Amino acid sequence: MINITVNGQHHDVDADPNMPLLWVIRDIIGLTGTKYGCGAAQCGACTVHLNGEAVRSCVTKINRAAGQNIVTIEGLSTNNNHPLQLAWNEMNVPQCGYCQSGQLMSAAVLLRENPNPTDQDIDDAMSGNICRCGTYQRIRAAIHKAADMQREGAKI
Amino acid sequence: MKRIIVITGILFIASLVILSFRTAPPTPANYPAIPRDSIGSVKAFMSVYKVLMSSRCMNCHPSGESPLQGDDNHIHTMNVKRGVDGKGLYAARCSNCHQAENTAGLHMPPGNPKWGLPPANMRMVFQGRTPRQLALQLLDPKQNGGRTKAQLIDHMAKDDLVGWAWHPGDGRTLPPMSRPAFAAQVRLWIAKGAYAPSIKTK
Repeated sequence: MINITVNGQHHDVDADPNMPLLWVIRDIIGLTGTKYGCGAAQCGACTVHLNGEAVRSCVTKINRAAGQNIVTIEGLSTNNNHPLQLAWNEMNVPQCGYCQSGQLMSAAVLLRENPNPTDQDIDDAMSGNICRCGTYQRIRAAIHKAADMQREGAKI
Repeated sequence: MKRIIVITGILFIASLVILSFRTAPPTPANYPAIPRDSIGSVKAFMSVYKVLMSSRCMNCHPSGESPLQGDDNHIHTMNVKRGVDGKGLYAARCSNCHQAENTAGLHMPPGNPKWGLPPANMRMVFQGRTPRQLALQLLDPKQNGGRTKAQLIDHMAKDDLVGWAWHPGDGRTLPPMSRPAFAAQVRLWIAKGAYAPSIKTK
């Protein structure tokens, strides 16, 4: 049994230690917001937080996550009210939506570490998340918007 | 008789005192004492240089702020950046994709627990360096991570991340000589005087 914590809930997982974390999240725990894109850490669709870092769950073996804290898109906020999620809605960022949970999880690490990112900071953080619909301009605008919302929220 | 015992005692104590001032035997160097030999030293360094400039080594010692990939040394996909600690930036940290070991399969991310570039304050660039420039850089503690010559040998011969170059995973070519042969050339370069090649050597 491998013990992992996903979105604050403990799970004892009976799986091969080499199983990708993505498989565990989707097929065993049943959280399907995290997507399979390439299986080779090239696209970012499977991004989740492992102890706060935006890891690619398709190449992260479950034994690396043993005893660690994982957050998926379902656990990013309590009520879909993370500033990024609000900005994503307001700016109508998604088109097909497949990559967006990974985009949001990567952007959340950027905003946590840099509350006021420049365009260059956004490029540096987000270039590893591919969007087949090409929503990059809206993603950039929404990250700026979320940064503004986060700063406004901090003032209240 | 008493006097003899006293004199013997004094002599014994005196000899102990004298012995205690003996200098310690010289500690053995970690490389054999080989006469300085500029030609042999430079020859050994040129073998070292070929390894350091091979893709497995140079790709993580780039002249820019992004690591390189492949035998053609192209800029790492996603244009990932060094960051302050050499481990990437924000959502593009090295260990987000690179595991503690190689991920199996062609074109899958290679891995090591220490995966990363040299940090921003000690960039240790190999790419574009001439043999002379790289030799002088490797010998300068201000540019080599504060290493003495002995530590430099140890790093080249034993460091786990350096050793990855000889176990790089599927589809990646190896450096042009084995690691023991490489380490032997590093030792020889330094033992023969750690000479840098002339400015004309390419």
